[in-house]
Amino acid sequence: MTAGTDAKSAIEAVWRIEAARVIAGVARLVGDVGLAEELAQDALVAALEQWPSEGVPRNPGAWLMTTAKRRGIDTIRRQQVLQKHLPALAGQEHTDDSQFDAVLEQDPIEDDLLRLIFTACHPVLKPEARVALTLRMLGGLSTDEIARAFLVPDATVGQRISRAKRALADAKVPFELPTGADRAARLTSVLEVIYLIFNEGYSATAGDDWMRPALCQEAMRVGRVLAGLMPAEAEVHGLVALLEIQASRSAARTGPDGKVVTLLEQDRRRWDRLLITRGLAALARAEELGGGTYTLQAAIAACHARARTAEQTDWPAIAGLYARLAELAPSPIVELNRAVAVSMADGPGAGLAVLDPLLEEPALRGYHLLPSVRGDLLFKLGRRDEARAEFERAAGMTRNEAERALLLGRAEECVA
Amino acid sequence: MRYMLMHKLDDSNPALWQPTPEFIAKFGEYMEEVNKAGVLLAAEGLLPSSAGAAVIRVTDGQTTVTDGPFAEAKEVIGGFGILQVRDHAEAVEWAKRFAALFDNVEVEVRVVSEYE
Repeated sequence: MTAGTDAKSAIEAVWRIEAARVIAGVARLVGDVGLAEELAQDALVAALEQWPSEGVPRNPGAWLMTTAKRRGIDTIRRQQVLQKHLPALAGQEHTDDSQFDAVLEQDPIEDDLLRLIFTACHPVLKPEARVALTLRMLGGLSTDEIARAFLVPDATVGQRISRAKRALADAKVPFELPTGADRAARLTSVLEVIYLIFNEGYSATAGDDWMRPALCQEAMRVGRVLAGLMPAEAEVHGLVALLEIQASRSAARTGPDGKVVTLLEQDRRRWDRLLITRGLAALARAEELGGGTYTLQAAIAACHARARTAEQTDWPAIAGLYARLAELAPSPIVELNRAVAVSMADGPGAGLAVLDPLLEEPALRGYHLLPSVRGDLLFKLGRRDEARAEFERAAGMTRNEAERALLLGRAEECVA
Repeated sequence: MRYMLMHKLDDSNPALWQPTPEFIAKFGEYMEEVNKAGVLLAAEGLLPSSAGAAVIRVTDGQTTVTDGPFAEAKEVIGGFGILQVRDHAEAVEWAKRFAALFDNVEVEVRVVSEYE
Protein backbone atom coordinates (compact mmCIF):
# COMPACT_ATOMS: atom_id res chain seq x y z
CA MET A 1 0.00 0.00 0.00
CA THR A 2 2.66 2.49 1.06
CA ALA A 3 4.88 1.40 -1.81
CA GLY A 4 2.14 2.45 -4.23
CA THR A 5 1.69 5.81 -2.52
CA ASP A 6 5.44 6.40 -2.51
CA ALA A 7 5.69 5.57 -6.21
CA LYS A 8 2.83 7.96 -6.95
CA SER A 9 4.35 10.84 -4.99
CA ALA A 10 7.75 10.17 -6.58
CA ILE A 11 6.18 10.35 -10.05
CA GLU A 12 4.34 13.51 -9.11
CA ALA A 13 7.63 15.02 -7.96
CA VAL A 14 9.18 14.21 -11.34
CA TRP A 15 6.13 15.75 -12.97
CA ARG A 16 6.45 19.01 -11.05
CA ILE A 17 10.10 19.27 -12.02
CA GLU A 18 9.53 18.42 -15.68
CA ALA A 19 6.00 19.67 -16.47
CA ALA A 20 6.91 23.09 -17.82
CA ARG A 21 9.68 21.77 -20.06
CA VAL A 22 7.49 18.96 -21.41
CA ILE A 23 4.56 21.29 -22.14
CA ALA A 24 6.93 23.80 -23.76
CA GLY A 25 8.60 21.17 -25.94
CA VAL A 26 5.28 19.74 -27.08
CA ALA A 27 3.84 23.22 -27.67
CA ARG A 28 6.62 23.89 -30.16
CA LEU A 29 5.62 20.69 -31.98
CA VAL A 30 1.86 21.27 -32.06
CA GLY A 31 1.86 25.09 -31.91
CA ASP A 32 -0.94 25.18 -29.32
CA VAL A 33 -0.23 25.35 -25.58
CA GLY A 34 -3.69 24.10 -24.60
CA LEU A 35 -3.27 20.93 -26.66
CA ALA A 36 0.33 20.63 -25.46
CA GLU A 37 -0.78 20.72 -21.85
CA GLU A 38 -3.35 17.98 -22.45
CA LEU A 39 -0.80 15.80 -24.21
CA ALA A 40 1.66 16.31 -21.36
CA GLN A 41 -1.06 15.34 -18.88
CA ASP A 42 -1.66 12.18 -20.93
CA ALA A 43 2.03 11.37 -20.59
CA LEU A 44 1.76 11.80 -16.83
CA VAL A 45 -1.18 9.40 -16.73
CA ALA A 46 0.87 6.89 -18.75
CA ALA A 47 3.75 7.28 -16.29
CA LEU A 48 1.44 6.67 -13.35
CA GLU A 49 0.24 3.48 -15.07
CA GLN A 50 3.59 2.15 -16.23
CA TRP A 51 6.34 3.27 -13.86
CA PRO A 52 5.12 1.54 -10.67
CA SER A 53 5.31 -1.88 -12.39
CA GLU A 54 8.03 -1.30 -15.01
CA GLY A 55 10.25 0.95 -12.90
CA VAL A 56 11.15 4.60 -13.29
CA PRO A 57 13.09 5.18 -16.53
CA ARG A 58 16.71 6.34 -16.32
CA ASN A 59 15.80 9.77 -17.67
CA PRO A 60 12.20 10.34 -16.58
CA GLY A 61 12.01 13.83 -18.08
CA ALA A 62 13.01 12.56 -21.52
CA TRP A 63 10.49 9.71 -21.21
CA LEU A 64 7.66 12.14 -20.46
CA MET A 65 8.74 14.40 -23.32
CA THR A 66 8.97 11.58 -25.86
CA THR A 67 5.66 10.06 -24.78
CA ALA A 68 3.87 13.40 -25.00
CA LYS A 69 5.43 14.23 -28.37
CA ARG A 70 4.50 10.81 -29.80
CA ARG A 71 0.92 11.45 -28.78
CA GLY A 72 1.18 14.87 -30.36
CA ILE A 73 2.30 13.34 -33.64
CA ASP A 74 -0.56 10.82 -33.47
CA THR A 75 -3.01 13.65 -32.93
CA ILE A 76 -1.62 15.62 -35.82
CA ARG A 77 -1.81 12.57 -38.09
CA ARG A 78 -5.39 11.93 -37.07
CA GLN A 79 -6.40 15.49 -37.67
CA GLN A 80 -4.58 15.49 -41.01
CA VAL A 81 -3.79 19.11 -40.61
CA LEU A 82 -0.09 18.58 -40.51
CA GLN A 83 0.96 21.62 -42.46
CA LYS A 84 -1.05 23.92 -40.30
CA HIS A 85 -0.03 22.53 -36.96
CA LEU A 86 3.56 21.56 -37.49
CA PRO A 87 5.39 24.79 -38.17
CA ALA A 88 8.73 23.01 -38.50
CA LEU A 89 7.41 21.06 -41.47
CA ALA A 90 5.19 23.71 -43.00
CA GLY A 91 5.19 23.86 -46.76
CA GLN A 92 6.28 20.26 -47.24
CA GLU A 93 4.02 17.93 -49.10
CA HIS A 94 4.84 14.68 -47.41
CA THR A 95 5.98 13.87 -43.98
CA ASP A 96 7.77 10.64 -43.55
CA ASP A 97 8.67 8.96 -40.32
CA SER A 98 12.26 10.15 -40.36
CA GLN A 99 11.01 13.71 -40.03
CA PHE A 100 8.92 12.73 -37.05
CA ASP A 101 11.94 11.03 -35.55
CA ALA A 102 13.84 14.28 -35.93
CA VAL A 103 11.12 16.07 -33.99
CA LEU A 104 11.31 13.47 -31.24
CA GLU A 105 15.03 13.83 -30.88
CA GLN A 106 15.14 17.58 -30.67
CA ASP A 107 16.35 18.72 -27.33
CA PRO A 108 14.02 21.08 -25.53
CA ILE A 109 15.61 24.44 -25.97
CA GLU A 110 15.33 27.08 -23.33
CA ASP A 111 13.51 29.37 -25.72
CA ASP A 112 10.56 26.98 -25.58
CA LEU A 113 10.24 27.51 -21.85
CA LEU A 114 10.43 31.26 -22.34
CA ARG A 115 7.78 31.07 -25.08
CA LEU A 116 5.57 29.15 -22.67
CA ILE A 117 5.91 31.83 -19.97
CA PHE A 118 5.12 34.62 -22.42
CA THR A 119 2.13 32.72 -23.83
CA ALA A 120 0.66 31.94 -20.40
CA CYS A 121 0.91 35.64 -19.52
CA HIS A 122 -0.45 36.86 -22.86
CA PRO A 123 -2.43 40.12 -22.71
CA VAL A 124 -5.43 38.60 -24.55
CA LEU A 125 -6.10 36.78 -21.28
CA LYS A 126 -7.65 38.29 -18.19
CA PRO A 127 -5.25 38.64 -15.25
CA GLU A 128 -6.84 35.79 -13.28
CA ALA A 129 -6.57 33.53 -16.34
CA ARG A 130 -2.88 34.42 -16.75
CA VAL A 131 -2.30 33.55 -13.11
CA ALA A 132 -4.11 30.22 -13.37
CA LEU A 133 -2.33 29.22 -16.60
CA THR A 134 1.07 30.20 -15.22
CA LEU A 135 0.57 28.14 -12.07
CA ARG A 136 -0.75 25.23 -14.06
CA MET A 137 1.81 25.18 -16.87
CA LEU A 138 4.93 26.65 -15.26
CA GLY A 139 4.35 25.40 -11.74
CA GLY A 140 2.79 22.05 -12.56
CA LEU A 141 0.04 22.75 -10.01
CA SER A 142 -3.22 20.83 -10.26
CA THR A 143 -6.57 22.55 -10.68
CA ASP A 144 -7.39 21.53 -7.12
CA GLU A 145 -4.23 23.12 -5.73
CA ILE A 146 -4.85 26.38 -7.60
CA ALA A 147 -8.45 26.43 -6.35
CA ARG A 148 -7.32 25.99 -2.76
CA ALA A 149 -4.74 28.72 -3.14
CA PHE A 150 -7.32 31.22 -4.36
CA LEU A 151 -10.12 30.04 -2.08
CA VAL A 152 -12.44 29.38 -5.03
CA PRO A 153 -14.22 26.19 -6.14
CA ASP A 154 -12.35 23.66 -8.32
CA ALA A 155 -14.86 24.11 -11.10
CA THR A 156 -14.15 27.83 -11.29
CA VAL A 157 -10.44 27.23 -11.85
CA GLY A 158 -11.13 24.42 -14.31
CA GLN A 159 -13.35 26.73 -16.33
CA ARG A 160 -10.87 29.58 -16.11
CA ILE A 161 -8.12 27.36 -17.52
CA SER A 162 -10.17 25.85 -20.33
CA ARG A 163 -11.49 29.29 -21.34
CA ALA A 164 -7.97 30.66 -21.31
CA LYS A 165 -6.74 27.87 -23.56
CA ARG A 166 -9.63 28.50 -25.93
CA ALA A 167 -8.98 32.25 -25.89
CA LEU A 168 -5.35 31.65 -26.88
CA ALA A 169 -6.43 29.34 -29.70
CA ASP A 170 -9.19 31.71 -30.89
CA ALA A 171 -6.80 34.66 -30.92
CA LYS A 172 -4.34 32.46 -32.85
CA VAL A 173 -1.60 33.46 -30.43
CA PRO A 174 1.55 32.01 -31.99
CA PHE A 175 3.98 30.04 -29.83
CA GLU A 176 6.65 32.66 -30.39
CA LEU A 177 8.70 35.15 -28.45
CA PRO A 178 7.56 38.75 -28.79
CA THR A 179 9.95 41.02 -30.65
CA GLY A 180 10.45 44.74 -31.14
CA ALA A 181 8.23 47.21 -29.34
CA ASP A 182 5.88 44.43 -28.24
CA ARG A 183 8.60 42.75 -26.21
CA ALA A 184 8.83 45.27 -23.36
CA ALA A 185 5.05 45.38 -22.86
CA ARG A 186 4.82 41.59 -22.89
CA LEU A 187 7.64 41.28 -20.37
CA THR A 188 5.81 43.77 -18.14
CA SER A 189 2.78 41.48 -18.26
CA VAL A 190 4.91 38.46 -17.27
CA LEU A 191 6.43 40.32 -14.32
CA GLU A 192 2.99 41.54 -13.22
CA VAL A 193 1.63 38.00 -13.19
CA ILE A 194 4.53 36.78 -11.04
CA TYR A 195 4.09 39.68 -8.61
CA LEU A 196 0.34 39.11 -8.49
CA ILE A 197 0.86 35.45 -7.55
CA PHE A 198 3.36 36.45 -4.89
CA ASN A 199 1.09 39.07 -3.35
CA GLU A 200 -1.86 36.71 -3.29
CA GLY A 201 0.21 34.43 -1.08
CA TYR A 202 1.86 37.23 0.88
CA SER A 203 -1.43 38.82 1.88
CA ALA A 204 -2.63 35.52 3.34
CA THR A 205 -3.09 35.45 7.08
CA ALA A 206 -1.79 32.87 9.53
CA GLY A 207 -4.94 30.76 9.68
CA ASP A 208 -5.25 30.33 5.92
CA ASP A 209 -4.76 27.12 4.02
CA TRP A 210 -1.09 26.23 3.52
CA MET A 211 -1.55 26.55 -0.24
CA ARG A 212 -1.77 30.34 0.01
CA PRO A 213 1.72 30.90 1.41
CA ALA A 214 2.91 28.29 -1.10
CA LEU A 215 1.96 30.81 -3.80
CA CYS A 216 4.89 32.98 -2.65
CA GLN A 217 7.25 30.06 -3.21
CA GLU A 218 5.69 29.41 -6.61
CA ALA A 219 6.10 33.04 -7.67
CA MET A 220 9.72 33.05 -6.50
CA ARG A 221 10.44 29.82 -8.32
CA VAL A 222 9.01 31.13 -11.60
CA GLY A 223 10.86 34.42 -11.06
CA ARG A 224 14.18 32.61 -10.58
CA VAL A 225 13.52 30.45 -13.65
CA LEU A 226 12.83 33.61 -15.65
CA ALA A 227 16.02 35.24 -14.34
CA GLY A 228 17.93 32.18 -15.58
CA LEU A 229 16.29 32.45 -19.00
CA MET A 230 16.65 36.25 -19.36
CA PRO A 231 19.85 37.07 -17.50
CA ALA A 232 20.28 40.42 -19.28
CA GLU A 233 16.90 41.85 -18.20
CA ALA A 234 17.38 44.24 -15.29
CA GLU A 235 13.76 44.24 -14.16
CA VAL A 236 13.57 40.45 -13.95
CA HIS A 237 16.40 40.54 -11.41
CA GLY A 238 14.75 43.57 -9.79
CA LEU A 239 11.50 41.66 -9.30
CA VAL A 240 13.35 38.59 -7.99
CA ALA A 241 15.23 40.83 -5.54
CA LEU A 242 11.97 42.41 -4.38
CA LEU A 243 10.35 39.01 -3.83
CA GLU A 244 13.35 37.52 -2.00
CA ILE A 245 13.60 40.49 0.36
CA GLN A 246 9.86 40.72 1.00
CA ALA A 247 9.69 36.96 1.63
CA SER A 248 12.62 37.23 4.06
CA ARG A 249 10.24 38.99 6.48
CA SER A 250 7.47 36.37 6.32
CA ALA A 251 8.11 34.88 9.76
CA ALA A 252 8.29 38.31 11.42
CA ARG A 253 5.11 39.71 9.89
CA THR A 254 2.69 38.20 12.36
CA GLY A 255 2.86 38.12 16.13
CA PRO A 256 2.03 35.10 18.32
CA ASP A 257 -1.59 36.32 18.42
CA GLY A 258 -1.77 36.27 14.61
CA LYS A 259 -1.88 40.07 14.41
CA VAL A 260 0.10 41.89 11.74
CA VAL A 261 3.39 43.37 12.96
CA THR A 262 4.46 46.46 11.03
CA LEU A 263 7.87 46.58 9.36
CA LEU A 264 9.46 48.91 11.91
CA GLU A 265 8.20 46.84 14.84
CA GLN A 266 9.28 43.45 13.50
CA ASP A 267 11.80 41.30 15.34
CA ARG A 268 14.60 41.46 12.79
CA ARG A 269 16.25 38.33 14.17
CA ARG A 270 13.38 36.47 12.55
CA TRP A 271 14.22 37.80 9.10
CA ASP A 272 15.57 35.13 6.79
CA ARG A 273 19.25 36.00 6.19
CA LEU A 274 19.61 33.55 3.30
CA LEU A 275 16.80 35.21 1.35
CA ILE A 276 18.17 38.66 2.17
CA THR A 277 21.60 37.67 0.86
CA ARG A 278 20.01 36.32 -2.31
CA GLY A 279 17.85 39.43 -2.65
CA LEU A 280 20.78 41.80 -2.29
CA ALA A 281 22.76 39.81 -4.89
CA ALA A 282 19.83 39.96 -7.33
CA LEU A 283 19.47 43.69 -6.65
CA ALA A 284 23.15 44.26 -7.44
CA ARG A 285 22.67 42.49 -10.79
CA ALA A 286 19.55 44.54 -11.53
CA GLU A 287 21.23 47.85 -10.72
CA GLU A 288 24.24 46.93 -12.83
CA LEU A 289 21.90 46.35 -15.77
CA GLY A 290 20.00 49.62 -15.31
CA GLY A 291 16.93 48.78 -13.25
CA GLY A 292 13.37 50.11 -13.32
CA THR A 293 10.39 50.29 -11.01
CA TYR A 294 10.79 46.79 -9.51
CA THR A 295 14.49 47.46 -8.99
CA LEU A 296 13.71 50.71 -7.16
CA GLN A 297 11.16 48.98 -4.96
CA ALA A 298 13.73 46.26 -4.25
CA ALA A 299 16.31 48.94 -3.41
CA ILE A 300 13.87 50.43 -0.88
CA ALA A 301 13.23 46.98 0.62
CA ALA A 302 17.01 46.48 0.74
CA CYS A 303 17.47 49.67 2.81
CA HIS A 304 15.25 48.09 5.46
CA ALA A 305 16.95 44.70 5.10
CA ARG A 306 20.39 46.24 5.68
CA ALA A 307 19.37 48.06 8.86
CA ARG A 308 20.08 45.96 11.95
CA THR A 309 17.53 47.96 13.94
CA ALA A 310 14.61 50.14 12.83
CA GLU A 311 16.51 53.18 14.19
CA GLN A 312 19.42 52.50 11.83
CA THR A 313 17.21 52.75 8.73
CA ASP A 314 18.70 55.01 6.07
CA TRP A 315 15.61 57.21 5.58
CA PRO A 316 17.29 59.84 3.37
CA ALA A 317 18.22 57.03 0.95
CA ILE A 318 14.67 55.67 1.03
CA ALA A 319 13.21 59.16 0.44
CA GLY A 320 15.57 59.55 -2.54
CA LEU A 321 14.53 56.18 -3.98
CA TYR A 322 10.83 57.07 -3.63
CA ALA A 323 11.53 60.32 -5.47
CA ARG A 324 13.10 58.35 -8.35
CA LEU A 325 10.18 55.92 -8.29
CA ALA A 326 7.73 58.85 -8.41
CA GLU A 327 9.53 60.16 -11.50
CA LEU A 328 9.51 56.80 -13.26
CA ALA A 329 5.99 55.73 -12.28
CA PRO A 330 4.08 58.59 -10.67
CA SER A 331 1.30 57.46 -8.36
CA PRO A 332 -0.41 58.94 -5.28
CA ILE A 333 0.51 55.83 -3.25
CA VAL A 334 4.21 56.26 -4.07
CA GLU A 335 3.92 59.92 -3.10
CA LEU A 336 2.26 58.98 0.20
CA ASN A 337 5.13 56.59 0.93
CA ARG A 338 7.60 59.31 -0.02
CA ALA A 339 5.93 61.66 2.46
CA VAL A 340 6.47 59.10 5.23
CA ALA A 341 10.12 58.58 4.25
CA VAL A 342 10.73 62.35 4.06
CA SER A 343 9.17 62.80 7.51
CA MET A 344 11.49 60.14 8.91
CA ALA A 345 14.50 61.73 7.21
CA ASP A 346 13.79 65.46 7.66
CA GLY A 347 11.05 65.68 10.28
CA PRO A 348 7.23 65.73 10.30
CA GLY A 349 6.99 69.25 8.86
CA ALA A 350 8.89 68.26 5.71
CA GLY A 351 6.74 65.13 5.41
CA LEU A 352 3.55 67.16 5.70
CA ALA A 353 4.71 69.44 2.90
CA VAL A 354 4.96 66.40 0.59
CA LEU A 355 1.71 64.93 1.84
CA ASP A 356 -0.67 67.89 1.79
CA PRO A 357 -0.96 68.22 -2.00
CA LEU A 358 -2.34 64.64 -1.94
CA LEU A 359 -5.48 65.88 -0.16
CA GLU A 360 -6.68 67.02 -3.57
CA GLU A 361 -6.02 63.59 -5.09
CA PRO A 362 -9.29 61.91 -6.12
CA ALA A 363 -7.65 58.45 -6.17
CA LEU A 364 -6.93 58.69 -2.44
CA ARG A 365 -10.42 59.84 -1.45
CA GLY A 366 -11.66 57.22 0.99
CA TYR A 367 -8.17 55.75 1.48
CA HIS A 368 -7.74 55.53 5.25
CA LEU A 369 -3.94 55.62 5.24
CA LEU A 370 -3.90 59.23 4.03
CA PRO A 371 -5.65 60.72 7.11
CA SER A 372 -3.90 58.14 9.29
CA VAL A 373 -0.42 59.23 8.15
CA ARG A 374 -1.45 62.89 8.24
CA GLY A 375 -2.77 62.46 11.78
CA ASP A 376 0.56 60.98 12.84
CA LEU A 377 2.56 63.86 11.34
CA LEU A 378 0.26 66.48 12.91
CA PHE A 379 0.53 64.69 16.26
CA LYS A 380 4.31 64.83 16.10
CA LEU A 381 4.09 68.55 15.29
CA GLY A 382 1.95 69.07 18.42
CA ARG A 383 -1.13 70.03 16.38
CA ARG A 384 -3.29 67.69 18.42
CA ASP A 385 -6.78 68.91 17.57
CA GLU A 386 -6.12 68.54 13.87
CA ALA A 387 -4.43 65.18 14.48
CA ARG A 388 -7.47 63.91 16.37
CA ALA A 389 -9.83 64.89 13.55
CA GLU A 390 -7.60 63.01 11.05
CA PHE A 391 -7.46 59.84 13.17
CA GLU A 392 -11.24 59.89 13.57
CA ARG A 393 -11.67 60.39 9.83
CA ALA A 394 -9.32 57.45 9.15
CA ALA A 395 -11.19 55.25 11.65
CA GLY A 396 -14.42 55.95 9.78
CA MET A 397 -12.86 54.78 6.50
CA THR A 398 -11.28 51.46 7.41
CA ARG A 399 -13.26 48.23 7.31
CA ASN A 400 -10.77 46.42 9.49
CA GLU A 401 -11.97 46.25 13.12
CA ALA A 402 -8.51 45.99 14.68
CA GLU A 403 -7.30 48.93 12.66
CA ARG A 404 -10.33 51.02 13.58
CA ALA A 405 -9.72 50.35 17.29
CA LEU A 406 -6.07 51.35 16.88
CA LEU A 407 -6.99 54.60 15.13
CA LEU A 408 -9.66 55.53 17.70
CA GLY A 409 -7.08 54.85 20.41
CA ARG A 410 -4.72 57.30 18.74
CA ALA A 411 -7.52 59.87 18.48
CA GLU A 412 -8.04 59.61 22.23
CA GLU A 413 -4.32 60.03 22.81
CA CYS A 414 -4.61 63.48 21.22
CA VAL A 415 -7.02 64.62 23.95
CA ALA A 416 -4.95 63.38 26.87
CA MET B 1 9.76 23.61 2.38
CA ARG B 2 13.47 24.00 2.68
CA TYR B 3 15.72 20.97 2.53
CA MET B 4 19.43 20.41 2.91
CA LEU B 5 21.12 17.78 0.79
CA MET B 6 24.51 16.60 2.06
CA HIS B 7 26.69 14.05 0.37
CA LYS B 8 29.28 11.98 2.14
CA LEU B 9 32.52 10.69 0.67
CA ASP B 10 35.37 8.50 1.88
CA ASP B 11 37.86 10.92 3.43
CA SER B 12 40.77 8.52 2.91
CA ASN B 13 40.34 8.09 -0.86
CA PRO B 14 42.09 11.06 -2.57
CA ALA B 15 40.72 10.10 -5.98
CA LEU B 16 37.20 11.02 -4.84
CA TRP B 17 38.33 14.54 -4.02
CA GLN B 18 40.13 15.12 -7.31
CA PRO B 19 37.28 14.84 -9.78
CA THR B 20 37.97 14.14 -13.45
CA PRO B 21 37.05 16.74 -16.08
CA GLU B 22 34.18 14.42 -17.12
CA PHE B 23 32.82 14.41 -13.58
CA ILE B 24 33.19 18.18 -13.26
CA ALA B 25 31.22 18.58 -16.48
CA LYS B 26 28.41 16.27 -15.29
CA PHE B 27 28.39 18.02 -11.94
CA GLY B 28 28.16 21.42 -13.62
CA GLU B 29 25.20 20.26 -15.70
CA TYR B 30 23.37 19.13 -12.58
CA MET B 31 24.06 22.39 -10.77
CA GLU B 32 22.81 24.34 -13.77
CA GLU B 33 19.66 22.23 -13.93
CA VAL B 34 18.79 22.65 -10.26
CA ASN B 35 19.67 26.34 -10.39
CA LYS B 36 17.62 27.05 -13.51
CA ALA B 37 14.68 25.16 -12.03
CA GLY B 38 14.55 27.95 -9.45
CA VAL B 39 14.90 25.64 -6.45
CA LEU B 40 18.56 26.05 -5.44
CA LEU B 41 19.09 28.63 -2.68
CA ALA B 42 22.71 27.92 -1.79
CA ALA B 43 25.39 25.27 -2.23
CA GLU B 44 28.99 24.71 -1.24
CA GLY B 45 31.54 21.97 -1.78
CA LEU B 46 33.90 20.95 1.01
CA LEU B 47 37.54 19.81 0.91
CA PRO B 48 38.78 16.59 2.53
CA SER B 49 40.01 16.76 6.12
CA SER B 50 43.63 16.88 4.92
CA ALA B 51 42.96 20.45 3.75
CA GLY B 52 42.31 21.59 7.30
CA ALA B 53 39.71 20.26 9.68
CA ALA B 54 39.03 19.88 13.36
CA VAL B 55 36.54 18.21 15.64
CA ILE B 56 35.56 20.00 18.82
CA ARG B 57 33.97 17.76 21.39
CA VAL B 58 32.50 18.64 24.77
CA THR B 59 32.22 15.72 27.19
CA ASP B 60 30.72 16.44 30.60
CA GLY B 61 31.71 20.06 30.21
CA GLN B 62 35.28 19.29 29.14
CA THR B 63 36.27 20.57 25.70
CA THR B 64 38.70 18.67 23.51
CA VAL B 65 39.88 19.76 20.07
CA THR B 66 41.11 17.16 17.59
CA ASP B 67 42.78 18.60 14.53
CA GLY B 68 42.59 16.97 11.12
CA PRO B 69 43.47 15.28 8.95
CA PHE B 70 41.47 12.45 10.41
CA ALA B 71 43.73 9.42 10.74
CA GLU B 72 41.16 6.64 10.56
CA ALA B 73 39.25 6.19 7.32
CA LYS B 74 35.73 7.57 7.54
CA GLU B 75 32.92 9.15 5.61
CA VAL B 76 32.87 12.92 5.76
CA ILE B 77 30.54 15.54 4.28
CA GLY B 78 31.68 16.42 0.76
CA GLY B 79 29.30 19.29 0.21
CA PHE B 80 25.79 20.54 0.74
CA GLY B 81 22.98 22.29 -1.05
CA ILE B 82 19.90 24.08 0.26
CA LEU B 83 16.79 23.63 -1.87
CA GLN B 84 13.38 25.23 -1.72
CA VAL B 85 10.95 22.53 -2.84
CA ARG B 86 7.24 21.80 -2.54
CA ASP B 87 7.47 18.56 -0.64
CA HIS B 88 9.62 15.68 0.55
CA ALA B 89 9.21 13.72 -2.68
CA GLU B 90 10.64 16.60 -4.71
CA ALA B 91 13.67 16.89 -2.41
CA VAL B 92 14.25 13.14 -2.75
CA GLU B 93 13.96 13.35 -6.54
CA TRP B 94 16.62 16.08 -6.73
CA ALA B 95 18.81 14.07 -4.32
CA LYS B 96 18.46 10.95 -6.49
CA ARG B 97 19.55 12.89 -9.55
CA PHE B 98 22.52 14.25 -7.63
CA ALA B 99 23.52 10.83 -6.26
CA ALA B 100 23.40 9.40 -9.79
CA LEU B 101 26.46 11.52 -10.68
CA PHE B 102 28.62 9.27 -8.46
CA ASP B 103 29.59 5.59 -8.46
CA ASN B 104 29.69 5.44 -4.68
CA VAL B 105 28.08 8.04 -2.51
CA GLU B 106 25.62 8.57 0.29
CA VAL B 107 23.32 11.58 0.09
CA GLU B 108 21.42 12.65 3.16
CA VAL B 109 18.18 14.67 2.82
CA ARG B 110 17.09 16.74 5.80
CA VAL B 111 14.45 19.39 6.52
CA VAL B 112 15.82 22.84 7.37
CA SER B 113 14.24 24.35 10.47
CA GLU B 114 12.43 27.58 9.67
CA TYR B 115 10.48 30.14 11.68
CA GLU B 116 6.78 29.84 11.14
